[in-house]
Amino acid sequence: MPDAPLLDVRALTAFYGDFQALFGVSLAVARGEVVAVIGANGAGKSTLLRSIAGLMPARRDAVVFDAEPIGDLPAHRVVARGIALVPEGRRLFPSLSVEENLLIGGQLRRPGPWTLERVYQLFPALAERRHLPSTALSGGQQQMAAIGRALMSNPRLLLCDEISLGLAPIVIRDIYARLPSITAEGTSLVIVEQDIAQALAAANQVYCLQEGRVAFAGAARDATREAVAAAYFGV
Amino acid sequence: MEWTNTIVQGVLTGGLYAMFAAGLSLIFGVMRLVNIAHGDFIVLAAYLALVVTQTLGLDPLVSLLIVVPLMGGLGYALQRGLLNRTLGDDLLPPLLVTFGLSVIIQNGLLEIFTADSRRLQAGAIEVASWQLAPGLSIGVLPLLQFVAAVVVIGALQALFYRTAFGRAFRATSDDPAVARLMGLDNDHVFALAMALSLAVVAIAGVLLAVRTNFDPAIGPARLIFGFEAVIIGGLGNLWGTLAGGIVLGVAQAIGAKLDPGWQLLAGHLAFLAVLAVKPEGLFPRIRG
Repeated sequence: MPDAPLLDVRALTAFYGDFQALFGVSLAVARGEVVAVIGANGAGKSTLLRSIAGLMPARRDAVVFDAEPIGDLPAHRVVARGIALVPEGRRLFPSLSVEENLLIGGQLRRPGPWTLERVYQLFPALAERRHLPSTALSGGQQQMAAIGRALMSNPRLLLCDEISLGLAPIVIRDIYARLPSITAEGTSLVIVEQDIAQALAAANQVYCLQEGRVAFAGAARDATREAVAAAYFGV
Repeated sequence: MEWTNTIVQGVLTGGLYAMFAAGLSLIFGVMRLVNIAHGDFIVLAAYLALVVTQTLGLDPLVSLLIVVPLMGGLGYALQRGLLNRTLGDDLLPPLLVTFGLSVIIQNGLLEIFTADSRRLQAGAIEVASWQLAPGLSIGVLPLLQFVAAVVVIGALQALFYRTAFGRAFRATSDDPAVARLMGLDNDHVFALAMALSLAVVAIAGVLLAVRTNFDPAIGPARLIFGFEAVIIGGLGNLWGTLAGGIVLGVAQAIGAKLDPGWQLLAGHLAFLAVLAVKPEGLFPRIRG
């Protein structure tokens, strides 16, 4: 089925103990598409990504990737299927150098276009600092390293959690300007963002979450300010 | 010259202590697990070597070829089957479970081998020595122990900082959840670390057993020596651990020289002195 979506999330639920964070979220990502997921703090955006990536338990058929149910796979097997997550807050490995962080991202040796050289081409600032400890990088460079580390697994789907968090606007623009080079390789993207304008500009499709439910879904260019605001704040 | 001899013997013994410590420090570094049964695993390895040498008629040093993989396999199975279930945010469960293992190993060995003290017979090498100067001679066996310790620690250091294997250990130690996102199976990585730790324990146990008598109850004291060497040297630094072992060995040798009853006391005092003056150890890990 070439027309089936690459990622199909069906009525996904998620819990932190007794607290339910997601109430039947459904979402589809087509091949080569960029999907933005927006919403207020605590709407369940990060939980959605963590569930897809296998860091949180999910029903087996709640996450279907490339026509195969993967909802119950642990994270280390999900990444082997071709889904990589750039975690919120970057979370580079502090005791590894920049290059070692990238190498560990590629340790599964999934074949594909992304290699150390290609990542350094995409983010030249990393090449100059390859032997530095990852803690010596600026916030923007750390974000580049976190994206590069995820790319090293040659994912077919890249999940980015709040890549603009805590960065200066000029750095955010710089990082977003590199995203087309990633999708050009056929990789689909899911971007979770607080910065709505940035997310809408980059995306084909947009989903707005509100208190664990999808409050709005549609093409990014049709998403009017009013529609997004209504879904965002629930007014 | 008498004092030089004392110090040299202390340094050589320190190598053995460093080997006790290296396995302990490796496990704590990778998964924050304090293995209370570590000393008893050393003794278990010694008894395994005893059985292997007696049933197959092998030289103790050759028996390493069997005992090391056996202990490594035991470490992997133990971590996968038992200890991984105790890991979490709380340090206490693994502490209690390894304490239980310590009791089980000691009593199991007592049941099978009785409380009689044993020794591995290594033949002529046990008493062979080189006389460097009048009053200063180096035993071949203590020297072998020391060289083995340096080689083991150098190999661990290279493994940790130069190989993909070591990268996986360090990444998992930094952030287990993100390590899973990199495709690393935490359970498997932890089990490999325990296998490596018990492989080092096997070498230490066999070298201990050809040098001194052992019985089922000596494990806890080896654990204390290991702990002290780790703390003296500084947590997370393998060469520091070697230095820590040497400091402990020399302190014990000097204590024993002053009065045979002071050997252990002097070691503990050196440990306390370092803890009081430099609680982070002599060579703490430098982190960026």
